[in-house]
Amino acid sequence: MAKRVLLIEDEPNIIEAICFILSRDGWTVHTHADGTTALERLAAYPPDVVILDVMLPGRSGYDILQDVRHSPQLRHLPVLMLTARGQAKDRELAERLGVDHFMTKPFSNAEVLERVRALAGP
Amino acid sequence: MVSFNLLVAVALAYVAFLFLIAFAAERRAEQGRDAWMRSSTIYTLSLSIYCTAWTFYGAVGYAARSGLEYLTIYLGPTLVMVGWWWVLRKLVRIGRTHRITSIADLISSRFGKSTALGVIVTLLAVVGTTPYIALQLQSVTFSFSVFAEAAGREWQGTELTVAGLWVAAGLAIFTILFGTRNLDANERHHGIVIAIAVEAVVKLCALLAVGIFVVWGLAGGVRETLALIDASPIAAWKPSGSRWVALTFVSAAAIICLPRMFQVLVVENSDERHLGTASWAFPLYLFAMSLFVVPIAVVGLDRLPAGANPDLFVLTLPLAERREGLAMLSFLGGLSSATSMVIVATIALATMVSNHIVVPAWLSARSDGAMVSGDVRRVVVMARRLSILGVLALGYLYFRLSGGGAALAAIGLISFTGLVQVLPALIGGIFWRGATRWGAAAGLLTGFAVWAWTLFLPSFGEGNLMSATLMAQGPFGIGWLRPYGLLGLTTLDPVVHAILWSLLLNGAVFFLASILTFPTPLERLQGAQFVNVFEHSPGPRAWSTRSAGAEDLLVMSQRIIGASEAQALFQRAARRQGKEGYLPDVTPAFVEALERELSGSVGAATAHAMIGQITEGASVSVEDLIAVADEAAQIMEYSARLEEKSREQERTARALREANAKLTALSIQKDAFLSQISHELRTPMTSIRSFSELLRDGGIGPEGQARYAGIIHDEALRLTRLLDDLLDLAVLENGQVTLNRQEGRLSDLLDRAIAAAGAEGLAVRRNRAREAAVALETDLDRLAQVFINLIANVGKYCAAPRPELRIEVLEVGGRTAVDFIDNGSGIAPEDTELIFEKFSRLTDQGTAGGAGLGLAICREIMARLGGAIGYQPGRGGAAFRVTLPAREALAAE
Repeated sequence: MAKRVLLIEDEPNIIEAICFILSRDGWTVHTHADGTTALERLAAYPPDVVILDVMLPGRSGYDILQDVRHSPQLRHLPVLMLTARGQAKDRELAERLGVDHFMTKPFSNAEVLERVRALAGP
Repeated sequence: MVSFNLLVAVALAYVAFLFLIAFAAERRAEQGRDAWMRSSTIYTLSLSIYCTAWTFYGAVGYAARSGLEYLTIYLGPTLVMVGWWWVLRKLVRIGRTHRITSIADLISSRFGKSTALGVIVTLLAVVGTTPYIALQLQSVTFSFSVFAEAAGREWQGTELTVAGLWVAAGLAIFTILFGTRNLDANERHHGIVIAIAVEAVVKLCALLAVGIFVVWGLAGGVRETLALIDASPIAAWKPSGSRWVALTFVSAAAIICLPRMFQVLVVENSDERHLGTASWAFPLYLFAMSLFVVPIAVVGLDRLPAGANPDLFVLTLPLAERREGLAMLSFLGGLSSATSMVIVATIALATMVSNHIVVPAWLSARSDGAMVSGDVRRVVVMARRLSILGVLALGYLYFRLSGGGAALAAIGLISFTGLVQVLPALIGGIFWRGATRWGAAAGLLTGFAVWAWTLFLPSFGEGNLMSATLMAQGPFGIGWLRPYGLLGLTTLDPVVHAILWSLLLNGAVFFLASILTFPTPLERLQGAQFVNVFEHSPGPRAWSTRSAGAEDLLVMSQRIIGASEAQALFQRAARRQGKEGYLPDVTPAFVEALERELSGSVGAATAHAMIGQITEGASVSVEDLIAVADEAAQIMEYSARLEEKSREQERTARALREANAKLTALSIQKDAFLSQISHELRTPMTSIRSFSELLRDGGIGPEGQARYAGIIHDEALRLTRLLDDLLDLAVLENGQVTLNRQEGRLSDLLDRAIAAAGAEGLAVRRNRAREAAVALETDLDRLAQVFINLIANVGKYCAAPRPELRIEVLEVGGRTAVDFIDNGSGIAPEDTELIFEKFSRLTDQGTAGGAGLGLAICREIMARLGGAIGYQPGRGGAAFRVTLPAREALAAE
């Protein structure tokens, strides 16, 4: 069974690009564009890897990450964070909150693929 | 034989000569060529007013009567100059820092600017100095009479008193002419100082000449003179230990307590460093003055008839030997000694009387408060002239009353003892912070009373003011109150007795009263400043000249308001004063104006403090005079100033805190702004990079290729738009935008905007006829940009199933406004303030495609055009009102 990725992102073009890259590699990609309901979506349907944007409508990616790490059920979920806010303190905050990997936009397609594979494990 | 008329002519010529010197010196000082006048030599010579006619004539008489005891009069000052010059230095520094005008001013100022103390010290000084002035009148009169006698005609009593009156009148005229030309006592009397320096040289030369004549011309050499001394009764004199100690102490104290000594030592001092020279040169001068005293006395006793007055040996010896030229020189020396003392003492006393008695009385009598400075100056000058006349009149009166009979030295000692009553308050005031005004006043009055009782009143002679019974048995028969036997102490010499009791009781009362009373706030402040004067004032420095002050002010001002600004300011001020260049005179008006100017940059308190540091002591003001008049007002003013300063500091601190908070907020905003820009730029770049990589790597069908290329293209456009918006906003915010004014109609402009907004599927409802009635004259392109933005926003954000926009034109407060109202859900009340800020996109929906700069740009544009834009809550959907610029929006019909 194909591994699942949940992409939480609100920028349509970026969603399309990531979906294409991962699908082509054999992943099942689901997307979710709203911050407020993201956690429910995760709890209802836990993926193998989460790709999380920071600036989301309703709720920020940091808040979602914090809740994920505090949730007994989702605590070990691999999270790849993507953000267009490239400052050092953004990375620091994400790492403090327990992100597995942090990437700054714009990214290279190959790197996203490689990271998702690594996070999903064998 | 010297005729009496010739003598008078010579005396007058000499006085005229002094007058000329003083006049020339004043002229040079006015022209600024007075550097040599402020030399340490002149300063030292001016101190020689210590050597009065008492020293010139009286020392010889003193030696003839009491042997070497006369030396105590020289010993005291020498000890002070050599060993205690640091006390003098402190006095000079205090005098300079606090612009002290007299010894009464010093005491008054130290003890909280007390009017009462000023009056007490002034009265004490007048009473104490009066015998001394009488002494000078007496000696000059005697010297005239000696010449008259030598010419073969002995003077009668009336002739003596008439001559005394003439001498007093002459001195009064000279002193008034030169002592009251300047109002400010700190503007030192250059002319007088130079004249007394010349007199110092004349009297020293005269005495040395007589001495040399006596030793080598009459006695026949040093060895013979010594032999004569050994044979004379002077050698047999047994010195009294208590008298030596007491007299040395009194004359040591006198050098700082005598009003005239204080005048030359402190007030006329132009440079603290001159004290260093004076500390060895003045004792040397005293030594030279005392060198031939004993030989003259001995030879006089030896050669002159038994009844001859030893006080006049200096004159009578040359006359008896028919050396008329020498006698004339000696006469001029005596005249110099007397005149220089009287002039300086009178000036010092007149300053005190006018500053501490006349002017305060005049000011409190005129309570209307409306004073112009010229008014006060005239009063002060007049007060000083009258005081000079008054002081000399008193001196003359004492001369008449005392009958001119007492020995010169005795009168001198009475005067000294009275004047040194200031000593405890003076020394206590500058070394002990605990000293209070009550202590000073009580001590002074006690000392004064004891002195008057035990020495001054008895000096008029038994039976004159005090009856013989009173002297012998005390008042009402109370034995322990006898003037010469206070508390039963009858074994002492009257002078020593008086010195001991007056100073002892004075000091004890001063100390006890100070301990038992509390100082006022102003007293505390003055006390601290006096006692710690070296910590409060800058190091030794010559009196600052006016132009140096201006330069310092310029340097400081440049630091505060910038070089070109400051220079322009100073140049303007200088031009107003009719001067070239950048350095105006430091007048009070200029300082005030400058302070106001600087206050604008650093706040009033700081500007005041900074200017105060530089101009301290340089500006002339009426305030000083008023301060003497009303001490209470002074204290209130002081505390008000303190409060004002602390309020000022509070205000400054608050302003700083606010500025700091603003800066922090700004830096946070700037941070957020950069973060936002980063986000807005990176988002389209991410799509571009990702899809271009896909295209590059291949393996995508033609359909996909076309689609991805389209995305890349759109995102590139989005980037361009964003950059355009950012630049536009930056230009608008910096105010660099140039408006391109055109005329047009609102209806046409809205047509254009709706078309350009590209909001397909948006229903727009408008009243075109109403719009057509509005004529515009403004930057139409910018206004259209605002409209486009608002219309496009409806397309982007209106969540209604069938978006609809209503455009209404209306008159609001005499101005035309255009409302844009959609049928969406509107904007939450808490967000209505936020939407006009940069990057304030509320929903953060990528679909909207904007970066959140649109409304910020609209707000800037409307501000530039002279209109406004605002959100209108409660209108159904989102509603924006654009208020058109006032004057350009005139109705066409």
